[in-house]
Amino acid sequence: MIVKKLLEDGLDRRTTIALSAIALAILLVPILNLVVPPGSLLHVPDDKVALFGKYVCYAVLALSLDLVWGYCGILSLGHGAFFALGGYAMGMYLMRQIGTRGVYAHPVLPDFMVFLNWKELPWYWWGFSSFPFALFMIVLIPGLLAFLFGWLAFRSRVTGVYLSIITQALTYALLLAFFRNDMGFGGNNGLTDFKDILGLPVQSKTTRVILLCASLALLGLSLLAARMLVASTFGKVLVSIRDAESRTRFLGYRVESYKLAVFVLSAVMAGLAGALYVPQVGIINPSEFSPANSIEAVIWVAVGGRGTLIGAVVGAFVVNWLKTQLTSGVLASIAIYLAVPPAIANKAFGAEAWLFALGALFIIVTLLLPKGIVGTISDLLERRKATERPPETAPAASQPAE
Amino acid sequence: MLDMASPQLTRSVLYLDGITVTFDGFRALNELSLVIEPGEMRAIIGPNGAGKTTMMDVITGKSRPDSGTAMFDGRIDLTELDEAEIAELGIGRKFQKPTVFESHTVADNILLALKGPRDPIAAIFGSRNQIAGERIDAVLETVKLTEHRNRSAGALSHGQKQWLEIGMLLAQDPKLLLVDEPVAGMTDAETAITADLLREINKTHSVVVVEHDMTFVRALGVKVTCLHEGSVLAEGHLDDVSADPRVIEVYLGR
Repeated sequence: MIVKKLLEDGLDRRTTIALSAIALAILLVPILNLVVPPGSLLHVPDDKVALFGKYVCYAVLALSLDLVWGYCGILSLGHGAFFALGGYAMGMYLMRQIGTRGVYAHPVLPDFMVFLNWKELPWYWWGFSSFPFALFMIVLIPGLLAFLFGWLAFRSRVTGVYLSIITQALTYALLLAFFRNDMGFGGNNGLTDFKDILGLPVQSKTTRVILLCASLALLGLSLLAARMLVASTFGKVLVSIRDAESRTRFLGYRVESYKLAVFVLSAVMAGLAGALYVPQVGIINPSEFSPANSIEAVIWVAVGGRGTLIGAVVGAFVVNWLKTQLTSGVLASIAIYLAVPPAIANKAFGAEAWLFALGALFIIVTLLLPKGIVGTISDLLERRKATERPPETAPAASQPAE
Repeated sequence: MLDMASPQLTRSVLYLDGITVTFDGFRALNELSLVIEPGEMRAIIGPNGAGKTTMMDVITGKSRPDSGTAMFDGRIDLTELDEAEIAELGIGRKFQKPTVFESHTVADNILLALKGPRDPIAAIFGSRNQIAGERIDAVLETVKLTEHRNRSAGALSHGQKQWLEIGMLLAQDPKLLLVDEPVAGMTDAETAITADLLREINKTHSVVVVEHDMTFVRALGVKVTCLHEGSVLAEGHLDDVSADPRVIEVYLGR
C-alpha cells in the first residue's frame, strides 16, 4: 500500500521517460554490441561499451550528490570519497579473486603485499574473498563514514561553506591515507590487474556488457528511489531545510536527523556507483579521492540542473562526453586543420585544455544558465504552456493587485 | 529557589522569572519577569534593543539564559530543551521577517506545519503522506488564503506571507503562539484583518504579540507590557501604560 502510494507520487512524466530510456538501453546495448556484426552501422564497439559504463557510474554519483545538494542544500565537496570507498571495497574483492594468478603466485596475499614482504593478510582484508561480504562492505563502509561524519557535523550545526570545507578535508585526508603503503591498500598504485568477478573474466566482452547493464539498472533504481523520496513529505522537509532551516526547526522538525538520513543514503548510493565503476575501468587508486574529482561531480550537477535529479544524470553524461572529446585531442586536430602549427596546437588545445574548458563551462552555466540544462528547458516549456493557455484561467490573474 | 507549588506558576502557561541574557558583556535581557495566563493575549511593546526578540529566542530555545527561570505550562523547564522539543511541546513562533517555504505551495507549507509525527520515517512512509486535505483547507479558510492554495508561497504578497505564517502556527496547534511584528509592512486594511485574525485565534490559544504599531496594539485591546533595556518598564492597560511618564520618555516620545 505504502509503496504503491510512493510509486504513484514518484512516477512523474519526466522520471517515466528517463526510466524507459534506461530500460531500452539495457535491452538494446547487449544486442547491438554482441549480436550485430562489427561492420554494421548499428554495431556498438567494445570501447564505447566501457566508456558508457563509466558515464553511467558517474551519473549515479551525480544523482547522489543532487539528493544532498539540490534538495537539502548540503554542498558536499567530498562525495568522491564515498564513491572511492565503494570502489576500494570492490577492488579488495577483485584482488582476492586473483588467487595464484598474480606475479608472485601467492595463494592468499595480493602482489603488493608480497612485494612489501608482508607475511599474512591484515585483518581488515578478511572476508573479502566472499562476494556477499564485499557487497555488504560496499554499502556499510561509505554509509558508516557518512553517518559518523554527518552525526558530528550536523549535530554541531555546521552548515554552508564551513561544511563544504570539511567535506573537502575529509576526502583529502583519505587521499593522503590511501597513498601510504603501510595502510595496506596498495599505496600509490592502488588495486589493479583484476582477473575475475563472480567467476566471469573481467576483461571479456560479455562481462563488460553485463557490468554496463548492472550499472544502468543501478542508475534506474537509484533514480526511482530518489524520485520517490523527494516526492514524499520527507523530500518536502528536505527542501524546507534548504530554504529556511531555522523555520523548519521551529516547526518541530529534527533537522539533523533529516540531514543525516539523506547524507547516509546518498553516500551508500555513491559507494555502489564506485563499486560498479572499478571492474569497468580495471583499477582503483588514491587519485579517486582527489578533491578535484568531487568538485567535478558538483559541476556535473550544476550543468545539468540541481534539484531536478534528471539534471544530475544529464549533466554527468554531457560533461563527461565533452571531457572525452576534448582530452582525446579533437580540439587540437581542428586547430591543425585550421592551419595552426601542430606544435602550438597540441600544446594549447591538447589534453590540458580540458581544465580550461571545465572552468569556462562552470562560469557559463553560473552566469547564463543558473538552473542548468534541465531547469532551463523546463522553464521554457512552462512559459510556452503559459502563453498557450487563455489568460483568464491563470489563477494569479484573478487576484486584485496588491 | 523556585517554588514549584506557587499558584502564580502553576496557573501560568508561560512563566519567566529573573531571566538574564548577555552577549559579549551586553545585557540583552536584565532580570526579566513575565507571566502569561492560559487564554491570555499579551502585547509587548518597547524601543529597539529592548530585548523583545531575545525574549522570544529564550522561550523557543534559540538562546540560553545566563540565569533565571523559564517555565512552560507551570511545570516544564524550557531552558533545558532545544527548538524542536519546544515546538513539539506546543509553542509556535512567527518571525519578524515573514519566513515561509517559498518553493513550496501554500498548501504544502500548511501540510508541513500540521501537528503530527515529524520524524524522517513518518515523513517517508508514514501518516504525514496521508494527511487529509480538509485539515489544510480548514487552516487556509481561517487565514483567508483558500484561493491561493496551489500557488507557490514565494509568489504571495508580503501581507499574504504574514498570514500564511500565522496559518502555519495555527496548523501546529500550539498552546502558546509567539508572534513577532505581524503587521510590519502591511497596509491599514491588512493590519485590521490581522488584528481580527489574532483575536479569533486568541479564543482558543494563548498569544504573545510583539508590535511597534500602536494603532494595531490598540485594536487588539489587551494587556500591554513595555520592555526597556531588557526588563519590564510598565505593565497594564494600554491607556495606563501610554500615560506612564517613563514609557513616554523612552518609547512613545513627548
